[in-house]
Amino acid sequence: MSFPWAENYAPKNPLMKWVDEKLPLPRLVYNAVGAGYPVPRNLNYFWNFGVLAGIALTVQIVTGIVLAMHYASNADMAFNSVEGIMRDVNSGWLLRYMHMNGASMFFIVVYIHIFRGLYYGSYKAPREMVWLLGVVIFLLMMATAFMGYVLPWGQMSFWGAQVITGFFSAIPVVGDPIHTWLLGGFAPDNAALNRFFSLHYLLPFVIAGVIVLHIWALHIPGSNNPTGVDVKGPQDTVPFHPYYTAKDGFGVGVFLIIFTLLVCFWPNMLGHPDNYIQANPLSTPAHIVPEWYFWPFYAILRAFTVNWFWIPAKLWGVLAMFGSILLLFFLPWLDNSPVRSANYRPAYRIAFWVLVVDVLILGWIGKSPAEEPYVRIGQVAAMYYFAHFLLIVPIIAMVEKTKPLPNSISESVLHGEAEEAAPIGVGSAH
Amino acid sequence: MLRFLAGLVGLGFVSALFIAFVMPREKVEPSAAHEYHLPEKEVKFSFDGPLGTYDRQQLQRGFQVYKEVCSACHSMKLVAFRDLEEIGFSKPEVKAIAKQWPVEVPSINPDTGEAATRKAIPSDYFPSPYANETAARAANNNALPPDMSLLAKAREGGPHYIYSIITGYQSQPADLLKRFPDAKTPTGLHYNPYFANLNIAMPPPLVADGQVTYSDGTKASVDQMAQDVSAFLMWAAEPKLENRHRTGTAVLIYLIIATAFAYGAYRNIWRDKKH
Repeated sequence: MSFPWAENYAPKNPLMKWVDEKLPLPRLVYNAVGAGYPVPRNLNYFWNFGVLAGIALTVQIVTGIVLAMHYASNADMAFNSVEGIMRDVNSGWLLRYMHMNGASMFFIVVYIHIFRGLYYGSYKAPREMVWLLGVVIFLLMMATAFMGYVLPWGQMSFWGAQVITGFFSAIPVVGDPIHTWLLGGFAPDNAALNRFFSLHYLLPFVIAGVIVLHIWALHIPGSNNPTGVDVKGPQDTVPFHPYYTAKDGFGVGVFLIIFTLLVCFWPNMLGHPDNYIQANPLSTPAHIVPEWYFWPFYAILRAFTVNWFWIPAKLWGVLAMFGSILLLFFLPWLDNSPVRSANYRPAYRIAFWVLVVDVLILGWIGKSPAEEPYVRIGQVAAMYYFAHFLLIVPIIAMVEKTKPLPNSISESVLHGEAEEAAPIGVGSAH
Repeated sequence: MLRFLAGLVGLGFVSALFIAFVMPREKVEPSAAHEYHLPEKEVKFSFDGPLGTYDRQQLQRGFQVYKEVCSACHSMKLVAFRDLEEIGFSKPEVKAIAKQWPVEVPSINPDTGEAATRKAIPSDYFPSPYANETAARAANNNALPPDMSLLAKAREGGPHYIYSIITGYQSQPADLLKRFPDAKTPTGLHYNPYFANLNIAMPPPLVADGQVTYSDGTKASVDQMAQDVSAFLMWAAEPKLENRHRTGTAVLIYLIIATAFAYGAYRNIWRDKKH
């Protein structure tokens, strides 16, 4: 598309030629995911996760549309209608468990996708827009997942909704009226359930739209790669099809195997037992915990336990929780090191792995009850989280001595050998 | 400029967290519930593990325990009589079970339209022992016996937890009372270390061997009855478990073969490209 060496679409099939003249859709596909999209030849398996996220969204939309045919978004009927799907709808248990665990798969895949971008500097120029749109997708996903979790109207649905919508009441002065207006009442009830259902059905299509923009923006500079070095010419790339379609085919297979293991053998492992109890506004569960993919953010929310600088603790927590995601929007400019890949950035690489461990610790703390030693561990972990993005990464970018970069992708792959290696098994020089 | 502002925001968050970190904590008093609560007992069920199936005989025995013991207080609103065909009862047997169910189904008098009751039929869901929550609480010392349809999925530990509760009643340990004199089990409640706060309102439901007479000749020890009813409640909560395991096995076999082929295709296509 934008590469000077990108292939021009030259249809061989007369039908395709005819269609392409009227509507250049074949051309679009060819240049987006076909042989006309040159991709760096050295992408590793971490580059499979974008496609996998697309698969996960598709699974969610397809199962979700069928589930919506059987679901009743009414506070009195929702819980029993979900159980009706589990018991009486043909293969309803499969649809429902796929949708439930599909959300988890979507988040697992997207978290790996995000950390891939952080490690290899995919957020840096010229791909800032790809990154910004990605953060938008992530926010939309979180909103969608939260509202979806409310729909079965179990105990955790209800009390989770109570806690999350309570954030709005932390806004000074106008917090309470906004909270009531958003919920359509003083607490989550039928009005809230109905608007959540409506938005839960809408937002995945918004996500799909932003994904189109995300991929479009990606195709302007083309994909990043593990060296972070720009593509210099055709010897650095292979056509997306068949090279990466084949590799993605294998990735999709592994994804589906893990998905099947979850759905068919451990369908409730990632859920909470309390959500099999119908919502009861008069009985608060002992521990209110969100779904696992929100645990790190829940830990950040709860880490702020004192009023400080005239800001109440609750508002600190809410600001920090939203801030922990919003700061990602500024990352391309906070990290102005010209080197992308952490493979050539020894200091950043250490900070990256500390961040990975830190987020895992935050997840563990988010799931644990709010008591010692968990609270203090969470406070240290949250400190690192903010320090990492707002202090450490910008400083590293200024002072770090990076390793020498390879001259080109093909050089890093071939090490000066001939372009085409001998077939597998026939005398390889090293 | 941006990096300077970001640094300030970062220092703000870090300082708020640091102050929170160094704040002294209130001393947490040890509690009896915290120290004497036990994790659920180890017990083996036929449906454990990825290929587990239900034991129909055991489910039928468990149903008998539910019918003769649990159903006096616990409803099971999401399970219908017709569902019993899945655990090996024939159509006429199900019809008879529904007809002989001690609680009748709310209905109306066809002539006057007044509230009435009628005998259950296979398409009915299990009628609840109490008309409503208030009636249930009034009859149970203000405690509400939970609906049993999903109990095995609504508790950490599932059927293992149910088994532990049923067989876990004991007298309160002497050293507990010595250390926590205020934690004496109140009258009307029963000490059970498998229950979260140690004191459960439900009296021991299975107290003597032979409380239920099994028609298949199995000796009805308390342990046996507890296992059987726990298995039955797992079926009630997850009736499609066997379909799920079967589907999963077939899909996995297919996917593993397909993925192996996909891997082969990937290697084959890339064989002349170093990467």
